[in-house]
Amino acid sequence: MSGDDKIHLSYQVEGGDLTRAGEASSSVKQTLRKLGLDPAVIRRVSVCMYEGEINMVIHANGGLAMVDVGLDDIVITLTDFGPGIPDIDKAMQAGYTTAADSVRDLGFGAGMGLPNMKKYSDDMKIKSIVGMGTTVTMVINIP
Amino acid sequence: MRHSVALNLSKCLGCTTCIKSCPTEAIRVRSRKATILPNRCIDCGTCIQVCPHQAVRSQRMNVKEALQRFKYNIAIPDPSLYGQFHNLDDANIVLNALLNIGFDDIFEAGTASEMLAATLDGCEGLEAPQKPELSPACPAVVRLICIRFPDLLNHLPPLVTPIELATILARKQAVEAGVPAEDIGVFSIVPCSSQVTAVSAPEGLEKPVLDGALAIRDVYLELLGPMRDLDKDNMLPLAGSRVGTSWAFSGGEALTRRERRYIAVDGIVNVIRMLEEIEDGRMPDADFIELRACTNGCLGGCLNVENPFTAKMHLKDLMGNLPPSPQWGVREDVLEILRSTKEPVFLPTFQLDPNRRVAMQKMMAIQTLEDQLPGLRCGSCGAPSCRAFAEDVVMGRASVDDCIFKVRERMQHMAGDTEADDYMPAPFRLRRKQPAPETDCLEPMGPQDSGEERPE
Repeated sequence: MSGDDKIHLSYQVEGGDLTRAGEASSSVKQTLRKLGLDPAVIRRVSVCMYEGEINMVIHANGGLAMVDVGLDDIVITLTDFGPGIPDIDKAMQAGYTTAADSVRDLGFGAGMGLPNMKKYSDDMKIKSIVGMGTTVTMVINIP
Repeated sequence: MRHSVALNLSKCLGCTTCIKSCPTEAIRVRSRKATILPNRCIDCGTCIQVCPHQAVRSQRMNVKEALQRFKYNIAIPDPSLYGQFHNLDDANIVLNALLNIGFDDIFEAGTASEMLAATLDGCEGLEAPQKPELSPACPAVVRLICIRFPDLLNHLPPLVTPIELATILARKQAVEAGVPAEDIGVFSIVPCSSQVTAVSAPEGLEKPVLDGALAIRDVYLELLGPMRDLDKDNMLPLAGSRVGTSWAFSGGEALTRRERRYIAVDGIVNVIRMLEEIEDGRMPDADFIELRACTNGCLGGCLNVENPFTAKMHLKDLMGNLPPSPQWGVREDVLEILRSTKEPVFLPTFQLDPNRRVAMQKMMAIQTLEDQLPGLRCGSCGAPSCRAFAEDVVMGRASVDDCIFKVRERMQHMAGDTEADDYMPAPFRLRRKQPAPETDCLEPMGPQDSGEERPE
């Protein structure tokens, strides 16, 4: 399918405001529901979106979330201009976290964000340059 | 599905108050009258509570007429009923007055809720739903899950509601006592529109078990006289116990079930937020989540009389006088019927088209149109938001010209920029209109009318 046949959604995720994280996820869900996608697929997308949003809020002072919905798959691209991830393998380990205590006290930053995003997507790629920012791309196939 | 929420068109002015409060965006205003999209309505009754003209109501039975249909009438009162009365120190006054207005027997929904909880508690091997378990007790919430949160359906336990359980048990008792089955009429006395709808369209049952629902506010009026005239020294001891009565307010169901780690959510906006969070994988660390569409639980239902907060105080006072619950234990008769006979299913109400390719094309058309709309949610088109309006246009439910801003664009083409702007309502004008020299534009607006005729 050519890029023009896809539905493009994009959201500016504000940094520093944990209470508003989830708004993009909620909006994506409503769109996908209107397309009649399988509820299980929608749920996977919403978990990936939400975890990604939270990551950008906690670590990168916000960023941009883009979702491309095609007939066969949904591609979520999260781009931020935050500090970058020095050791991606370590960041992918369940429970590994660099979140501040103030964030952890709120119940976030348990080190499950990236592992969950990997678990709920069919493919995940992380590109990160320390000091420049991070791009996470997740693909969720539509059966 | 038959809805109990209905419009009285002669009272509706088309003011658009209701369209924005509807949690499922089910209402549109057309030709100065509100209309309800039946597939989206969950009968939560929010519109009934916000309508300034009392044009939305919950259709229900007339109490006197209902009582004439059968020879033997059984009442299933929701505990919210007791919260409506001032200084009620004994629930038997209400229940005996019910007998005096024509009921022959009473089975309190609160008692059924205790029996249900006790049987569930003592019974291993009943298939448990996915944790956290969501309460199936509020019909509006169950319908909301069916249309908007299908992936959470497996968090609902396959159980009948206490009102349904009470109905089945009471009917059985009457038959066993020798009353011919065809003479028995069972009526719930309910606090909200969703419970009225649940009579003809129960979420967990193949076939309805109730013969009708009566509104608490209607029964209340019938009861006032008989309650005053009641011989208080010769009352039948009909009232149940304390715990089941707490069902009427938020948290009461969890209390009845003796849940330790529970969350009680009330108010439809809060319910939606909680369900969204669970859907996003933000699973709260709780075993049970009680969900009620109305603020303060069933006491906030639109068919009550008393302010829900005042009613809660009344109910708590009364509960102090009620005995503690008996040890119901596992009851065989409850075990037989507690399983629901119908699973709630996903209703793809919001789907744009069954064919996904077509649905995607429609979605793209909606996005293109939405980008051209101002995003003000002004409601002038009769839809709750520009997104909903764009969808209405693409789905053939509205025309682009229904948007006052799109009309301005057309007028600008024809009449030029200035004139078009002058015809817009004040909040939407791009420039401040020059006030006429003799009028002070900051003069406060008074109640006096400009003499313009107003529709009644």
